[in-house]
Amino acid sequence: MNTINRRDFAKSVGALSLVSAAGITGCASIGGAAKPKVVVVGGGYGGATAAKYIAMWSEGKIDVTLVERDAQFVSCPLSNLVLGGSKSIGDISVAYGGLAKYGVKQIKGEATGFDATKKTLSLADGTTLAYDRLILSPGIDFMLESLPGLASAAARNKVLAAWKAGPETVALRNQLVAMKDGGVYAIHIPKAPYRCPPGPYERACQVAWYFQQAKPKSKVIILDANEDVTSKKGLFTKAWNGQFKGLVEYRNNQEIQDVDANTNTLKMTFGEDFKADVLNVLPPMRAGNIATQNGLNNANNRWCQIDWLTYESTAVPNVHILGDALQIAPAMPKSGHMANQHGKVCAAAVVALLTGDVVNATPMVANTCYSFIDDKNVVHVSSVHRYDVAQKTMVTVAGAGGLSAEQNALEGVYANSWAKNIWADMLT
Amino acid sequence: MPIRTSRFVAIAVASALANFAFSQAPASPHLARNLAAQCANCHGTNGKSVAEVPSLAGQPASLLVQKMKDYRDGKLPASIMHQLAKGYSDEQMALMADYFSRQPK
Repeated sequence: MNTINRRDFAKSVGALSLVSAAGITGCASIGGAAKPKVVVVGGGYGGATAAKYIAMWSEGKIDVTLVERDAQFVSCPLSNLVLGGSKSIGDISVAYGGLAKYGVKQIKGEATGFDATKKTLSLADGTTLAYDRLILSPGIDFMLESLPGLASAAARNKVLAAWKAGPETVALRNQLVAMKDGGVYAIHIPKAPYRCPPGPYERACQVAWYFQQAKPKSKVIILDANEDVTSKKGLFTKAWNGQFKGLVEYRNNQEIQDVDANTNTLKMTFGEDFKADVLNVLPPMRAGNIATQNGLNNANNRWCQIDWLTYESTAVPNVHILGDALQIAPAMPKSGHMANQHGKVCAAAVVALLTGDVVNATPMVANTCYSFIDDKNVVHVSSVHRYDVAQKTMVTVAGAGGLSAEQNALEGVYANSWAKNIWADMLT
Repeated sequence: MPIRTSRFVAIAVASALANFAFSQAPASPHLARNLAAQCANCHGTNGKSVAEVPSLAGQPASLLVQKMKDYRDGKLPASIMHQLAKGYSDEQMALMADYFSRQPK
């Protein structure tokens, strides 16, 4: 890959976008009637949305290909309900194929890398796909080098993360079902930022709700590396001190050195080892492998920086990045809802860039995040974000957004409705 | 594509303006569409809901604007819309409402 030269070149030429836009049009013109090509990697909340909206908004003027390794979409949001037992994995899965009617071509495969100079994407099976604009929605991968005890797949199959919904979600549910009454389930939460800030606390509620019905002598222990609950604190602690009193215990500042998967033991930085019957460890996270292995993780060597108007990487031109892999803007959560919104802003920008239209200079995104306390009662956090010209990032709109006053069943209905609509918005 | 040169110029100029001179940049012709796309997560693509949350597609613009303002001003009880409505200006509400009113039910 020639990314360094390319990046230096971009830096030396102040008018980057002017040059790159000219380059694209020039290629398209020389090539004759060929449509501009967009290749999207990752069929999750960000990527599938971007693919659909580019195809829909360009009305066939852009050739869109979506590369996804899995046969079906499995939602991370709502996956904690599979652990609680009120939903099955099938309830949170959606078959791919619904985007064909917009003209999106889908390829089942694993993207391994790209050539920023030739503008081609490589797949594990040797296929090469040409692009004018490449969109990566790679999600997160784990920083396993920080936990040597989880280096092997066998260790990670025993001490599960289940932080990507799918087989691990089912496996963790099975561990909980197999656990004896009177046992301990412990979840370790890494220091923020990590994917889905309220997710671990929702998970603790869901497991507690299951224990309450099936194994009332059991305990849920939350070992949080953070100083405090990172999201919806008041609403979660109210549940832990209320309906789950005696069942859930929260401990802050619980940093770990390593994990011993053989004995389900956490090696704590301070204090004695901690052992659980079912141990659930969320390792520290960074941008997905395709981003980190190709020089896109230019924020702390961990997350990807972008231009918030176009979602184009600041490291490599013509490569756009969405979702949890991003170095987030202030108060912007790493959520599926947010990734879907990234997908639409990016789609609008990419369509504009490839069809000679004006890129929106005032993009906005909103976040709505529901967490289930039990099978019916839900709490939310919401926010609205606008582009700030001076700061060149997204900032929250003052006075907008907020939390639920308390958990309630109406928002349980809305949360399920949200899932159906957002899955349709990205996949059908 | 008959007039390559002018298309090239248009892209280059637009891109330059968008990136270097926001205040003078022409507004995106798709501002309403882009703003409205934020609502689709809960209200369905182009405002056509497939679940319990109501559709916005094909609703009169005046009704949608009034509801948004009532949510914003606390005149209409809500679980979440009172918080989200505070994020948008009157002009943005009007653009979104106009867009949804033109979408098929």
